[in-house]
Amino acid sequence: MSQTRGVLGDAWLMARKDLLLERRAKIGLGQVVPFAILVLLLFAFALDPDRGVLKQATPGLFWVTVLFSAVLTLQRSFGLEAEDGILEALRLSEISPAGIYLGKVTALTIQLLLLEAVLVIGVAVLYDTKFVGIALLVAIAFTATLGIAAAGSVYGALAARLRSRETLLPLLLLPLLAPVLIAATRGCEVSLQREAVSGWPWAALLGIFALVYLALGSLLFRPLLEDA
Amino acid sequence: MGNAVSAIVHLHSAVALIGRFPALAGVDLDVDAGEILLLQGPNGAGKTTLLGVCAGLIGLSSGEAVVLGEDLTLNRRAVRRRVGLLGHDSFLYQDLSVVENLDFWSQAAAATVADGRAALERLGVASRLFNLPVHALSAGQRRRVSFAAMICRRPELWLLDEPHAGLDSSARDLVDGLMEEAAASGATVLFASHELDRAEHVAHRSVTISGGVILPQAPPAAPPDARPAAPTGSPSGGSEL
Amino acid sequence: MTATKMNSAQSVSPAPTGTGSRGTRLLGAVAVCFLAVAVVYGLFISPPDSQLGNTIRIIYMHVPTVMAAYLAFLTTAVSSAMYLWKRTEFWDLLGSSGAEIGVLFFTVTIIDGALWGKVTWGVFWRWEPRLTTSAVLLIMYLGYLAVRAIPADPKTRATRCAIIGLVAVVNIPIVHKAVDWWRGLHQGKTVLGTLNPEMGGTQLFAMYSALTAGILVCVWLLIHRFRAGYLAERASDLGLGQALEERRLESSSTSSGSKVSGDDS
Repeated sequence: MSQTRGVLGDAWLMARKDLLLERRAKIGLGQVVPFAILVLLLFAFALDPDRGVLKQATPGLFWVTVLFSAVLTLQRSFGLEAEDGILEALRLSEISPAGIYLGKVTALTIQLLLLEAVLVIGVAVLYDTKFVGIALLVAIAFTATLGIAAAGSVYGALAARLRSRETLLPLLLLPLLAPVLIAATRGCEVSLQREAVSGWPWAALLGIFALVYLALGSLLFRPLLEDA
Repeated sequence: MGNAVSAIVHLHSAVALIGRFPALAGVDLDVDAGEILLLQGPNGAGKTTLLGVCAGLIGLSSGEAVVLGEDLTLNRRAVRRRVGLLGHDSFLYQDLSVVENLDFWSQAAAATVADGRAALERLGVASRLFNLPVHALSAGQRRRVSFAAMICRRPELWLLDEPHAGLDSSARDLVDGLMEEAAASGATVLFASHELDRAEHVAHRSVTISGGVILPQAPPAAPPDARPAAPTGSPSGGSEL
Repeated sequence: MTATKMNSAQSVSPAPTGTGSRGTRLLGAVAVCFLAVAVVYGLFISPPDSQLGNTIRIIYMHVPTVMAAYLAFLTTAVSSAMYLWKRTEFWDLLGSSGAEIGVLFFTVTIIDGALWGKVTWGVFWRWEPRLTTSAVLLIMYLGYLAVRAIPADPKTRATRCAIIGLVAVVNIPIVHKAVDWWRGLHQGKTVLGTLNPEMGGTQLFAMYSALTAGILVCVWLLIHRFRAGYLAERASDLGLGQALEERRLESSSTSSGSKVSGDDS
């Protein structure tokens, strides 16, 4: 770790580089966002917009779409690092493994939040969603996304070196994110459908998930980088 | 002639496994400060693995390895900031521009952005290329950029895997000049090459690796106008290998 | 139990012909005894449940397999953490054995849970917390096994699996909580995975016998799987000395033609 920079400085260096890469290649904007909108359309085809199922299921469909898009974004983000010997170059550099990890998580969180913003517009338009309880919705979006990025970055890095990464990453990651899906969906439902119970416990569970995996990922990234 | 204590690189009976395959099968090698050492050998002999071991990237399963005073069997990571590796891969992000890559990698190596720019100039990378994405460069230009990313680290030990490959003749002269400059200023250069004609002019000494071991050698290369001795197979003092 | 890095020309002791030993045979015998008691009491002697009738008897299989599965996964969890700390082969082998045995027991749990559901409610699957959590855990550990199966050198494979083991186990309580909150409101009476506090007498005895039998069988399987893995690693190591020899032979076949330095310029 560079003396002058520290882990957070390393993280920011990595995150800036990732966001710059995204700005150059525009994979998120050009490919993942259209894919996500496409998934929303596919759900509409599958679930018949007129029967109200779509409206009721909106939170779940939204978060399933986010999960699939997250897998794509992770594949791309870590696929880049696995090419051209970049991982070796990172190991040779002064950037601490925890810094690499947190930098990837930061960049991914930002990218996914932007994607979700577009998707929110998408569901508002396509599924005619009325938003209630903005504070809870925002809290859920933020904590869920952070958790997805934190857990996803561990498996993304692990799968990146493997030839079967396209099938392996979803298999490893999606069951891990099951509680995120449940909590985010239920929390949003509580808000959108104006249920009498509180949705904040769900946001708290998401927050715990994010913190646990941020801690675990930071600790595990060195062996992950060196030996996995 | 160095001994194990003052050698920049000291390997003894080094065995390195890739999977279960012994890429290095018992390497003995000593390299002194300021030396330019040529590593020859057929494909698959273990040159790339040897460079990776010296860089602290690949661990030994047995044997000794002391590089720049660091015992690699205890801690491989400590030596990395002091070496520079030029490998077969470019070590560059294809979608970023030349300067964006250098800015990132120079900062990653705890150097400054200015160091990165200076390195690009030193490698003769034309400024019109600076804002082009790396994937748009020719192979030779990309190699110069990779080289620049390496030298801005100011490494004490240069590990170069076929540095002349893909370069035109003026770039090759430039690389030779850089290696000589580095050695003259106290750094040590270990480079693998198949281009013996050129390599032997710049190298102070050469060793041959084959089948994962360094082959026994004759004494150091004689001055160009003398006939070098035929290989006798009798190593001297354990430090020449 | 670290692996021997290089093999000498002769082996130290004759290779074992199986993974059994006196200890495991004794363990196996004891397990069979408990199994016998559990079967007799569970299937015949203990009375049927007041509401569920004879279908309750499946609990004498269901609870032990769930417990055995959790024991196996706990082993994997601890082994994963220990491997990342100590880096010895022992912990890697123990962890992967635990994952396999755990997957086995969880599959049995889900199957017998489904059968019980079919008999009692007419459906093979219910979205109740225990089954749902089991399904998620099962898939997580199937992922572990998928990564384990990828050919790689022992250290790489062990590190990958240890990381997955840790990441997965940390998720277990979170999945439990989420699924419980999610499905908790929809619960009717369910026997799956819980010890009915109203059990008494022979039912309780049958339950505890079955539980003990399940754990003993789990441990027995773990020991054998561990040993099989250990032997497989030793067999691979035997190849190393030979590989070194062959590698060095490459050099003598090419060295006769090589010159030290060019003398032709």
